[in-house]
Order: sequence, then C-alpha cells, then structure tokens
Amino acid sequence: MRDARGQVRRMPGLRLWLSGSWLLILILAAVFAPMISPHDPLEQDLFAARLPPFWQQGADPAFLLGTDSLGRDLLSRMLYGARLALTVALVAGTLTCLVGATLGLIAGYYRGWADLVISRLVDIWMAFPPVLFAILLIAVLGTGLTSIIVAIVVIDWTRFSRVVRAEAMSQGAMDYVASAQVAGRSRLGIALAEILPNVLPTIVALLTLEMGIAVIVEAILSFVNLSISTDQPTWGGMIAEGRTSIYQAWWVLVFPLAALFLTVLSFSQLGEGLKDYFDPVLR
Amino acid sequence: MQIVRTLLTRLATTIITLLGAAIIVFVVIRVVPGNPIAMMLPPGATDADIARLEALYGLDKSIFEQFLIWIANVLQGDFGTSITTRQPVFDLVIGRLPATLELSVMALLIAIVVGGSAALTATLYRGTKVEGGIDVAGGVALSLPDFLWGLALILVLGVLWPLFHISGRVSPSLGFEFNTDFYLIEALVRFRFDVVLDLLGHMFLPALALAIPLAAIILQLLKQSLKECMHDDYITLARTKGYSETSIITRDALPNAILPTLTLVGVQFTFLIGGTVIIERLFSYEGLGNMAIDAVINRDLPLIQGIVLVFALLFTLVNLLVDMTYAALNPRLRHA
Repeated sequence: MRDARGQVRRMPGLRLWLSGSWLLILILAAVFAPMISPHDPLEQDLFAARLPPFWQQGADPAFLLGTDSLGRDLLSRMLYGARLALTVALVAGTLTCLVGATLGLIAGYYRGWADLVISRLVDIWMAFPPVLFAILLIAVLGTGLTSIIVAIVVIDWTRFSRVVRAEAMSQGAMDYVASAQVAGRSRLGIALAEILPNVLPTIVALLTLEMGIAVIVEAILSFVNLSISTDQPTWGGMIAEGRTSIYQAWWVLVFPLAALFLTVLSFSQLGEGLKDYFDPVLR
Repeated sequence: MQIVRTLLTRLATTIITLLGAAIIVFVVIRVVPGNPIAMMLPPGATDADIARLEALYGLDKSIFEQFLIWIANVLQGDFGTSITTRQPVFDLVIGRLPATLELSVMALLIAIVVGGSAALTATLYRGTKVEGGIDVAGGVALSLPDFLWGLALILVLGVLWPLFHISGRVSPSLGFEFNTDFYLIEALVRFRFDVVLDLLGHMFLPALALAIPLAAIILQLLKQSLKECMHDDYITLARTKGYSETSIITRDALPNAILPTLTLVGVQFTFLIGGTVIIERLFSYEGLGNMAIDAVINRDLPLIQGIVLVFALLFTLVNLLVDMTYAALNPRLRHA
C-alpha cells in the first residue's frame, strides 16, 4: 500500500539537499552581511528612492534588488534582516523545544499531579490566539531581541509538550520500559535513557518546524512594529513598508516575502527529512 | 448516563480553563510598565487629578481586590471603559465581533469546500499524477502560515491581477447604511446583491489566506480516511453492483470517512480564528483582531482585557461544541 510515509520516502534526499542549501546560504549571508552588503542598510538616499530591481527599466546597477521609498538598498537590508531571523530561529526554537519537551516528558512519563497541572496549563494556553498573545507580551516586556525570544518560548512551549506528552505516554506503556523497571533502573534513568531516544525523532522534526514558526512570529512582530528598534532592518519591517507602497514599488514587498517563503518552507522540509533519518523504524 | 457525565466533566474543565485564562490575562496586563492614567491627562495635571482618575478606574485598590471587582463586573457584562475612546469596552467588542465571525466562517467554508473536493478528487484519481500533484500542493499549503499566504494573495490577486479588494470591509463609495454589524447577512437579507458582491470582494482574499492551511489539513486527513475505507467490503459490494467510482466515493465512502475530519476541523477552527488577528491587520479589515493590535499599541488595558477574554470565550465554546457534536455523532459514545 502506498501510504503517506511511502511517498515521503521517495525523495528524502532532494528535500534535504534543497532546504539545507537555502539555509546554508542564509547562514553565510547572515554571518558575512557586513562584508558582502553593497551598501549600509540604513543609508537613505532620497534621490535613489524606489529604484526597481536590476532587470527593470530605470534600474541602477549599484542597487541590485532596488531601493525602498527612503532610498535604502534592499539587498543589504535583506542580508542584515537574515541575522535577526536566524538568531530568533535558532535561539527561540531551541529554548522553546527544551522547555516544552521537558514539561511534556514530565507530564507524559511521571503522570500524577504534574501531568494534571501541565495539561491544564496547556488547555488554558490553547484558549489564546497566539499572535495576540505574542503582541501582548511584547507590549508588556518592551521591544528587543530578548523580549521576542521570551515571547516565543512562552507562547509555543505547548506545541512540544502536547506531542511529547502523548509520545512519552505511549512509550511508557511499552514492554521495554517495564523490563527496565524490573532491572532496577531509576525513574529518571528510564525517562532519559529509554523514553527520550524514542521520542527524539518527533522532537527533532518539531524543532525545525518551530524554527520556521519563530521566523514567522518575528516577522509578524516586526510587521506591527513591535519587534526590535525600528531602525534595524528586519524582513517583517520591510514587508510592512512594502505593503504600504505596494502600488508604487512591488519589489519592496516581493523580496523579503520570497526570503520568508523559502526559509519557512526549508525549515519544515528539513524537519520532515530529519524525522525519517532519525526514525529507527524507517532507518 | 455516560454521555451526561462526560458532558458535565467537559463543562467543568471549560469553566476552569476560562478562569485560568482570565487570571493570566489579568496578571499579564497588570505588569504592563507605563502608567496609562498619565497618558490620558494633559501635562501639568496635579497628583489629586491622577488619584481621582485612578480611583475611577479602580487602580488604587489591591491587586486581588481589583481582580475580584473585575471578574464580578465581567460576569455582568461590564468590561470597563476603553481608555483611548472612552466608550464601554463591551460595546466596542460587540461592534467588532460580527466582522471577525463573518470572516472566520467564510474562511471555514472555503477550507471545507477546497479541502474536501481536493480529497475527493485525489481519491478518485489515486495512484495517478493528479494525486501526486494534489499531494505536493497540499504539502506546500500546509508548510506556510496564513500570514505569508495573505501577502502572496495581495501581490497576485490584489496587485498583479487586481480582481479583489486588499483593504477594508466595504467600499464607502457604495453609501449603504447598515443597521447591524453583520454586514454580509444584512445585505443578503435586504436583497442588496451589489453590496453582497462588494463585501465578498473585500472578504475573499483574507478568508482565502486563512483557509489555505486548514484546507490542506482537511485534504490530508480526509484523503487518508477515504483510502482506508476504499478497502472495506461494502465498497467492493457497491462496485460489484456496478455503481460508478464517483458515486461510490461520495455516497458510500464519504459518510464513513468523515467523522475524524469533522473533529479535527473543529479544533483547527480555533486556530483559524486566532489567525484573524494578523490577517485583519494585513487587510485593514475592521474586525476584533485589528482593534486588538491597536489596543496593545495604545496600551488600552481595559480594551485588551475585553478582547482577549472574548477570544478565550470563543475558543473554549468552539471546543466544547466540537466535543458535544462528536459525542452526538459517535454511536459508541451515544449508546454507552
């Protein structure tokens, strides 16, 4: 039978290669942004405002992807924007994963009152629209990189804990756990040495997915001007600017949007590919 | 009596969830730095003026007292007064809720129609390139969030081919006076189809942006259930009777495969409603979410509290409704 798994397995290599290459390009762009940027991303030049990208009539080859309404170079802003996007993806994604997976493991394996409290918290969290919750937290915490990361962790830990809890519960009922108990292993030892490795493929897939989500949340916060200081270039901020000048200069919106599309798609494809790679059954 | 007990337990957890949500909203908002009272007063206001206003908004009492007063008022439908507009929060929220509800339900309908027909088509053409194409489209649709779809739709169907409106809820140039806040329903009831078309033209792109990820989820789950059904005996029987493949899928397989999808759609519907916050902002659609972002930017505490609480109420009600529908539809729960 050709099930969903079977189709995923047809070309895991290609997915991993494509998404991995894009993310690698992004990392290089972020790291070397000061060296490869043709212009200062903040430099305004009103005489060069709204220049189209290089293939269009009236373009200036000095500004490859064109300029925004203040005459700032789009390519340079994109390269610098990749820094914030990737930082948020890696740091917020990892922290969310650690907090959520730990709580999920505790709830799913130890059960009892810890499970009761954690599950009730998850229920309460599910009653809030995540975007509104994030915006509210930023308003409370103030703008800045730390606030963005804290907001993402506070909002999204439930994504991990729900899934990990369910997996830990089903793994906890397996025979190998019972035999480890008979062999005299401690509860903590079983949770870390027996349950965790079997839940890991799911956690890894969720982690890369979460990195994509973190990039989106940061873009949304920048879009409503609640991310970091307004003069730092962000993809979300560029999109907000592009949205207002969409009829005069579509390229201001198109380039950061394309970068977001590729990045989020790559993170999710990477997760699918890695999940198969880590899955002991498929391997 | 199993079903009654299940429902009562479910009701109790719903109330606990709502109370927890209220506590969290209250706690988060009371740590907001920056004194909203100071922003309301002109420069040069005396301390006595500040104290009087604080007393007016109850900000001079202890936090616990403030919470009890607030909860008691909320239960009576009194959500306080907006700091920026000086209007009752309840009226503001009720005025905007219909716009968000119309948008959400429209998005849900689009998701069901698109996702459902894609699943049926893929099942009909299973094992061919058509199914492969639908799978790839579904995978991409699922990987990207509503925010990105909204932006892409603005570019393609709003600017490149300007078929639809990309901002607002209705064209002011129509000069149509609405008596209710349910614009679409009112226009339909009053047979003003020019207004209906205009409303739909504004609503279509934001609704589609919200619908795309959900449509992909419906497609995947329904297709999976349908495929499992296609191996059942009653399908083989229908086939030997000579019914067409289309009629077998829609009349025999679909009713048996639909239950898991229905439950999931209910849960996912709350995610969709949550998505309206940023989508309304993106399309300048005058709904609850758009107002919420303004309220946060203006630090309008009573208004934020009211909106977040209404969203929480909406989410928990949808979840409760889904569970009850599931209990009513599932024969194993009904007869237990």
